[in-house]
Amino acid sequence: MARVWIPALLRGMTGGQSEIEVAGQTVGELIDQLEVRYPGIRERLMDGDRLRPNIAVIIDGVRSRQGLRQPVNDTNEVHFVPAISGGCSEAHERSR
Amino acid sequence: MSGENQSVEQPTYRVVGTRPIRPDGVDKVTGRAIFGADVRLSGMLYGRVLRSPHAHARIKSIDTSAAEALPGVKAVITGRDFPDPQNKVAASGEGTVNLRSLAHNCIARDKVLYFGHAVAAVAATTPNLAEEALKLIRVEYEPLPVVLDVLEAMRPDAPLLHEDLRTNEMGQRSERPSNVANHTRHERGDVEKAFAEAAVVVEREFRTSMVHQGYIEPQNGTVLWNADGQISVWCSTQAPFDERSQIAEILDVPVSKIKLTPAEIGGGFGGKLSVYLEPLAAMLSKKAGHKPVQMVMNRAEVLAATGPTSGSCIRVKMGADRNGCIVAAQAWMAYEAGAFPGSPVDAGAGVIFAPYRIPNVRIDAYDVVVNKPRAGAYRAPGGTNAAFASESVIDELAEQLGIDPLEFRILNGAKEGDRRADGPVYRRIGFIEAAQAAQAHPHYSAPLAPSRLDPTGKNPAIKRGRGVAAGFWFNWGGKSSAWASLNPDGTVSLIEGSPDIGGSRASIAMQLAESLGVRFEDVKPAVVDTDSVGYNDATGGSRVTFGTGWVAYRLGQKLKQQLKERAALLWDVSPEQVQVEAGMFSCNGHRITIQELAAKMHETGGPIVAGDTFESEEYGPGFGVHIVDLEVDTETGKVQILRYTAAQDVGRAIHPSYVEGQLQGGVAQGIGWALNEEYVYDADGHLLNASFLDYRIPTALDLPMIDTVLVEVPNPGHPYGVRGVGETPIVPPAGAVANAIYHATGVRMTTLPMSPARILEALGKV
Amino acid sequence: MSKTLVQARINGEEVAFVCEPNQTLLEVLRNTLGLTGTKEGCSNGNCGACNVILDGVLVNSCLVLAVEVAGKSVTTVEGIAGPNGLHPIQQKFLEHAALQCGICTPGFIVAAKALLDHNPHPTEEEARRWLAGNLCRCTGYDKIVRAVLAAAEVLQAAPAT
Repeated sequence: MARVWIPALLRGMTGGQSEIEVAGQTVGELIDQLEVRYPGIRERLMDGDRLRPNIAVIIDGVRSRQGLRQPVNDTNEVHFVPAISGGCSEAHERSR
Repeated sequence: MSGENQSVEQPTYRVVGTRPIRPDGVDKVTGRAIFGADVRLSGMLYGRVLRSPHAHARIKSIDTSAAEALPGVKAVITGRDFPDPQNKVAASGEGTVNLRSLAHNCIARDKVLYFGHAVAAVAATTPNLAEEALKLIRVEYEPLPVVLDVLEAMRPDAPLLHEDLRTNEMGQRSERPSNVANHTRHERGDVEKAFAEAAVVVEREFRTSMVHQGYIEPQNGTVLWNADGQISVWCSTQAPFDERSQIAEILDVPVSKIKLTPAEIGGGFGGKLSVYLEPLAAMLSKKAGHKPVQMVMNRAEVLAATGPTSGSCIRVKMGADRNGCIVAAQAWMAYEAGAFPGSPVDAGAGVIFAPYRIPNVRIDAYDVVVNKPRAGAYRAPGGTNAAFASESVIDELAEQLGIDPLEFRILNGAKEGDRRADGPVYRRIGFIEAAQAAQAHPHYSAPLAPSRLDPTGKNPAIKRGRGVAAGFWFNWGGKSSAWASLNPDGTVSLIEGSPDIGGSRASIAMQLAESLGVRFEDVKPAVVDTDSVGYNDATGGSRVTFGTGWVAYRLGQKLKQQLKERAALLWDVSPEQVQVEAGMFSCNGHRITIQELAAKMHETGGPIVAGDTFESEEYGPGFGVHIVDLEVDTETGKVQILRYTAAQDVGRAIHPSYVEGQLQGGVAQGIGWALNEEYVYDADGHLLNASFLDYRIPTALDLPMIDTVLVEVPNPGHPYGVRGVGETPIVPPAGAVANAIYHATGVRMTTLPMSPARILEALGKV
Repeated sequence: MSKTLVQARINGEEVAFVCEPNQTLLEVLRNTLGLTGTKEGCSNGNCGACNVILDGVLVNSCLVLAVEVAGKSVTTVEGIAGPNGLHPIQQKFLEHAALQCGICTPGFIVAAKALLDHNPHPTEEEARRWLAGNLCRCTGYDKIVRAVLAAAEVLQAAPAT
């Protein structure tokens, strides 16, 4: 099972747990599994059927480019972090 | 050469690592290169913008009739001429952009949110006439309370910029409206417990002012909205494809109606990633009867209404044990986003403790709107503010522990496998190598550089000191697309879509030459319009030499494969049997050069062309460590930089001269930020220093030679080991300078810029 | 507004143009004469991007009215290279990678030409002081100063014509 790091602001939903073992073949399935265990967490990570635009998925230290479809395996460590535009980026703005 | 090159391993390259003359060089030293404002079209009109004299006001009415009646005026527009985009968030390069914010920033609708906010625009037959017409536009404003300071804007009773703005906390919106657009938290371990057990704890609050990228070329845009609905745009941009999308959304036209031709660009540093003038010029063009309209900002407009990066308030607390290991770090960071959400505070939160291995961390980051211009990206956005704070505190920790400041950083330095403060684990990085290179540099063991003001060393008012600081930047890969076609004489035309802002035509062409096995001079790079090449992400994020370089490498391999097939055809062997070395193809005693194969191209199957698009996420972050010697005149408060050395892990320097240049340029901007640059507002939000006389960037006289050490720890994620280099070097200077001022004077400076007035104040002299 | 006919020598050629009394030399160079090599960075004499040489004196063309150049000689960046190719200053700027974006480069080339005309053997300090009127935001000036000093050496060995 992949090891998912729960963002600090969502740990209220996981009883303070910061790392959770989750089963799933893709990032989307990991979120589905989290939602089963911690109802409401999906809405915090996703906007409709996609990841919130200001959230990036980092798998083993490398940013995923395939969003919810990104495959994961049992040895992966998965982080949901602010989508730092790696560089110069348009300062990423939130939808209001 | 000012620099030195330290390589962990040095494969043999023919082109990579050499210093050829850039392909666009002659045009740029003779004045022939066409920058945005140099575009000339037949029947071109000139556009000017009317800007708000208020920092916060409701627009009650706009009367443009007198301006329209002036002979020679061909069109007048206001916000009402534009569709109102919804709160749509569009992909924009590596980040996203709220199109409604962007549209309202280009031209105000019901409210103006900062001094200099565009309110109306005019197109006329001459620039002077357009300027005259602006004076005839009557705008009735209802001034509103102004909030300029990040901490004041966070107060519950602060004047609100946007009545509908709620605080987002990872997907949860606050009940009440607020100027705080976003709050992010990173937390790992138990900071309270660690601080309680630490041997030494240092805590300080730091303030920094808004500063500008300071590119020398003002924003410009020339647009023809043709009678057939096709819109042609020429402008200076880092992001042709993203700006094309932005213009399409703001004008509500399909993206395919727009062709954007990037002109040569006179600096950007992140400030030319989004549109300001182009949608206005387009609308003026349409309204003027489909005539081309050119708009160019003056310097006051550039400073008042474009670019700046955030002023900030940062509180840092760090603790270490008796052995000198950092055990806990905490940061509270609030950044001014300007008039619309989107400060780089999250990036700052990623930078602030990045070089170090710290088991217990908590970071809170707040993005706050204020009545100042909308913050854009500026070289390592958010990083300089953050490192100024953390590197000052680290310096103080090292001092209290009695450990050499570089030794302390190496002792706590992050390595492959260590965890970043925000959670993920580092892959191969070169922080330790960069810090060791700085430590081993003769500068670090030399006596303090000689004084300029006090050569005999007898004036007690002149104090000298040395400081060090580290810095980090994420870097970026991004998407690049390009074409390469072989010419009959064996040269290669390279068609790319990454605007060349600092010599990248050279670094990209060099990688293609290396990969294919031709000379650098045999590759002819061209940066083309958005219709002529596939999508490219912005020139930014220190990505082009990495990301577009990856594509150039792949193009070289693809051409080589086709050439093998041609050689195989000539010799009646299979392509796999053909060997190739440095442009020479051989098999079974046959030998043929690329030039000879190129000459036979049309008799062996026709043109040899390759196209490619690619994105890699394995760009790998950059780390730098800087050393500065300076002197402080304690009578005047003036600081003079005496000696500066920047060491950085650059992965692999494709063209070392331009890599050195990136380090030197980043250092210069960082020194300006540290010592002089700041936006000065009066209480009503009027910008008081909107000129290069009063917003003072460093001159040749303010700086010494800047020594560089290019540490080459090859990035395993790139065929030649490239890492981005452009942004990291602006991160350490403010911290290094502050630490040197402390060592010179015994006073810790906690506010940027460390201007003469602030130094004297800190010294208790005023 | 009444217009004035102005005759001047620009880059060695006799030129006549018509301008309004409030037009700057910079405007006329760029918009009337098509010499867009001279750049506009600040419009108030603080950045040096519009440097030209006026009768041997380095000036900011944004601060000179076009009517003032009547009967005078103007050298812009377009007039620096000789018939046989680049001027040593231009060549050294390329060899030393003394430009990144290139927008300030024309002003620096012209300013460096004026410096070496006045002082063929400047020290680093003298070069920095002379070039302090030209802003560059990309390079940190290191490679620019080296290029100018290197050009001085070349000119010393073989003065450009």
